[in-house]
Formats: sequence, structure tokens, C-alpha cells
Amino acid sequence: MNTLAAILATLRRATGSITGAVGFTIFVLVILAALFAPVIATHDPDALDVMNRFAPPSAAHWLGTDHLGRDLFSRLIHGATIAMSVALSAIALALAAGTVLGILAAYLSDRGERVILILFDVIAAFPSLVLALAIVAVFGPSTGVVVAIVALTMTPHFGRVARAQVLTLKNAPFLEAERILGASGARIVFVHLLPNIMGPLVVLASMDIPVVITIEAGLSFLGLGVRPPLASWGTLIQDGYQFLSDSWIPVVVSSLALALATLGFTLFGEALRDAVDPRIGRER
Amino acid sequence: MTRLFKDERLGYVASRLLTTVLIVFGAMVLLFALTALVPGDPAKSLLGPQASPELAKRFIAEMGLDQPLHVRLWRFFGAVLTGNLGVDVISGKPVVQLVASVLPYTVILTFSAIGLSVLIGVPLGIHAATHRGSASDTILAFVSVAFIAVPSFVIAIFLLLIFAIWLDWLPVLGTSRSGEFLDEARRMILPTLALAAGWIGFIARLVRSSMLEVLGEPYIRTARAYGLSERLITYKYALKNACIPTIAILGLGIGRLLGGAVLVEIVFARPGLGRLVYEAVSERNFPVVQGAVLVVVVLFVVVNLIVDLSYSAIDPRIRRSSGQGAGA
Repeated sequence: MNTLAAILATLRRATGSITGAVGFTIFVLVILAALFAPVIATHDPDALDVMNRFAPPSAAHWLGTDHLGRDLFSRLIHGATIAMSVALSAIALALAAGTVLGILAAYLSDRGERVILILFDVIAAFPSLVLALAIVAVFGPSTGVVVAIVALTMTPHFGRVARAQVLTLKNAPFLEAERILGASGARIVFVHLLPNIMGPLVVLASMDIPVVITIEAGLSFLGLGVRPPLASWGTLIQDGYQFLSDSWIPVVVSSLALALATLGFTLFGEALRDAVDPRIGRER
Repeated sequence: MTRLFKDERLGYVASRLLTTVLIVFGAMVLLFALTALVPGDPAKSLLGPQASPELAKRFIAEMGLDQPLHVRLWRFFGAVLTGNLGVDVISGKPVVQLVASVLPYTVILTFSAIGLSVLIGVPLGIHAATHRGSASDTILAFVSVAFIAVPSFVIAIFLLLIFAIWLDWLPVLGTSRSGEFLDEARRMILPTLALAAGWIGFIARLVRSSMLEVLGEPYIRTARAYGLSERLITYKYALKNACIPTIAILGLGIGRLLGGAVLVEIVFARPGLGRLVYEAVSERNFPVVQGAVLVVVVLFVVVNLIVDLSYSAIDPRIRRSSGQGAGA
């Protein structure tokens, strides 16, 4: 109960500013679109209507149609489901892996810690999109590969923050007291340490959602991410870009959707950070 | 590490050099592991299913793919250290030559984007900090976030649409065929802007927050008490210290921009490392992917090393806290 009240209070503080409120609204809208896409979409996103290609926005097609006459609004709404499922699963994986490695790094011997930190540095030495390209070259493009790639490139980010958090808490009096009372190492980590380092990590995770959406859209834009028949926002932008000389509407509409989503998530993530702890994640 | 050297500065340089070598080494192992992991028969995936068994056998022997893994890894290291990144399986040209022919395009694009973002971002940040809470500060804050949040390839598409297609002010695609400097410069404008936009916002925000921090320091109050002009205080005393975090972030910026350049190069149909890697990925041309990606990583790591070292020369506090890593 107490945690719920604390979360609500944080949310209230985060949405106190105009930008925070705008960000939160977009965040909620995208989540709703992702969850209820089949209900919200006005058409089957894959239904072809070639006679009606590049139709301008109208009552029947709110945002017009693409080069195969598919309804753009419905395709964008379904795109939200893909963007959110890729983002959330990739971030959950990276959060788990990063937290485990970060805690290990903080508790291991000097040498073990150095190995983990070098590993983080090696991964971070690849610009994420470039590492993604190298991995796609080997495993071929698919949604699973995109999730794995993004999780891999984000892990060091969470790992470093988790390690820093543990290092500041490691010798805190309340953990010292637990140790003296005879609590096991596992109990100290899971019951006492984890809840205390999760806050900043969750804020970081929320700030990484737009970053992941961008990487996924970029890969799909290159045709190396989500595969047809699934269509991510990146795929829609690519489709529109290919047929730019026929109509500018599809590319503009789908680019605007992606831009609005990443902007909303960024605004909300930053408001959340300022509400929880203004010091974390400043380097982004 | 540090104890080996009496001089703190030498110790720091040595430990950063060692980490850099380790990172490049690790990146090479990772890239090697990736190509060693290629699912299926490498000959088949490269030569196509129609390749005769004899051809496939000769190909595998030529590429050394029949050797045990550790021998191949060792050979890979040996080759890379002597500047041999392998041979393009499709055109038969050395990968080094392919990379060298497109590298200048990407490097020039990346560095002009970084240059432009400093040139625009720093003054905007100073303005925001010295006019804190004003309308222009608020607008700048919002525009900065928007630039940071919107993916660079989306910005590229909008720039292309507005300035090249609708307004028809600038040439649309590619690089200059005539090789004329002015024409090439005009073709660079939109890609550079698209790539730089995010970093303009980023640097403006960074300069603003570090300026505000510095302006609250006692030495600035002292300078004010001495009656120095506000202009002198802002530009000479505050800006100098406020620039330190900006320099530190530039190394990281190079890496991000190299990644962003891939997409921008493709939107504007420009040659470059990004395009080379992208085309190689589409053709599953592993030696080119491996070589080009390695060059990007080395470029990124070396720039980071230079930035870290110059940063520590400017601000000795960095050496004492022994900054870890090639980019947080």
C-alpha cells in the first residue's frame, strides 16, 4: 500500500509540469493503442485495396492509404503494439541482465569486477546500430533478433548504474546490521538491496523506451528489423519513403507518429527522473 | 596500475591505453565469434545454393574455414594487426581498400555534424543560462528535447522533403559527381543538419546546466564583487569551466553520430561506411561487415581515448577519480 501511494505521489509530481503532462498523455495513448489495437483500428491493417492507393485522408481512411491501398491509421495503431512489445521485452531483458551483472561487479573481487567492466566497455564501444547491423548480418533479420540486439546494447547501461548504486549502499548501516544479525548473502541482496536500487533503474528503463523504439524503427526502416507481414513504424516510413514521388502523405504521417511517440516518451521519462532523483541519468 | 608510475598523469595515460587495447581486443573477439557463429554452411550462404561441391570445398579451404576455431581466431588477429581485413567475397577486392574509399565521406559528415552542433549548441546554451526562466529559455528547452527525442533519420526525411523537394533549394541526393567543392558543400548541408540536430539540443542543454552550476560558484560571486563586467564573467570565467563536461561528451557523440550516419547516408543516398556495412549486410558479405564494423569501433575508441586524455589534461580531478570506460 505504501509503495503504491509513493508511486502515485511520484507520478503526480512528474505530471505537474506541462511537458511532463504532455509526455504522460502521449505515453498513455501509445500504451492504449498498443493494448487495444484490434479494437481501435478502423480497418484490417493488411487489407489491400490497390484501386484506392495513395488516397488522401478522408472519413473512410482517417490518415489516407499507402501504396497498396492499406489504411494508414490502422497500420500505425498496430505499429504501436510492435514498438511497445519490442521496447518492453528488450528493456526487461537488459534490466535483468544489467542488474545481475552490476550487483556481481560490485560484490566480486577486483579482478572479477574488472572483467565485467571491460565487457561493458567492449559492448559500449560499438555504436548500437552498427553492432545491430553486424548481428543481423549473421542471424538474419527477425523480431527476436531485434529484441536480443537491443537488450545486449542496453545491458551495460543498466549494469553500470546498478553497480554504482550497490557501491554506495554496500556499506550502509542497515545492511551492516543485517549482516551482523546473520542474514544470508542472498537475503541481503534480494530483500534489502534490490528494492533500494530499483528506483533509479526503473527511471532509466523508462528513459530508454524511446531509444529502443528509435533503434527498432531504424532497423526496420533499413528492412533489417521486423519482417512483413508485421509492420513497425520503421517499416511504414520505409514504405512511404520508397513511394515519395507518388505521395508525401504516408511518409509524413508515419514519421510524425514515430516522432510524436519518441518525443512523448522522452518528455515523460525526463519528468519521471526529475520527480524521483534529478541526479541520475543526466549523461543521456 | 597507478602504483607502477610515480607520476599520476603517466599512470592515468597508461591505464587508459591499456583499457583501450583491451576494448579493441574484445571487440575483435566478439566480431570473430559472430562470424564463426554463422548458422548453416558458410559456403552455401555466400556462394548460393547452386554452387558445385568442388567450388564450395575450394572456397572453404581458401577462406581457411576448415581450420579449428582457435587457429582461425589467431589468424584473424594476425591479419588485422598487419592491416589485412580480408577480401570482399563478391568483388574480390581487399576490404581495407573498400573501407578506405568510403571512410572520408563518413568521417567528414560525422565531424562536420559535431562541429555544427558545438557551433550552434554552445551559444544557445549560454543564452539559455544567462536568460534563465525567460520565454526564450523555455522555448529552447522544449526545442532541445524535441531535437534529442526525434530520430535523426526522421529529421533527415523531413529536411529532404521540405528543402529539397517542396522548396527545391538544395540538391537532393548523393555526392557531387563533378567533385566541385561548392557543389559538394551544398549537398552536405542537409545530411549534416539531420545528423547534428540531436546533438545541438544535447549540447545546448548540457552547456546550460553546467553554466548555471558554475555561475553559482563562489569564485563567480567574487568576480562580481570585484566589479568585473557581466560579459567578462560569463565568457571568460564561467564558460571555461562550463565547457569541460561538453568536451567529455564529444567522444561519446562521435560514436552515436557514426551510428546515426548509417541511416542518414541511406536517406540521402550518400556513399560512406554506413552504406558499405548496410549493403554488405544485405548481401551477407561477412568479411566486409567484419572489417568495416571493426574500423568504426577503432575510430570510436580512439576518439574516446583522445577526448579522455585531453579532458584529464584540462581537469586534473578526472585522473584522481580514475575515470573508467570508453563512454558511459
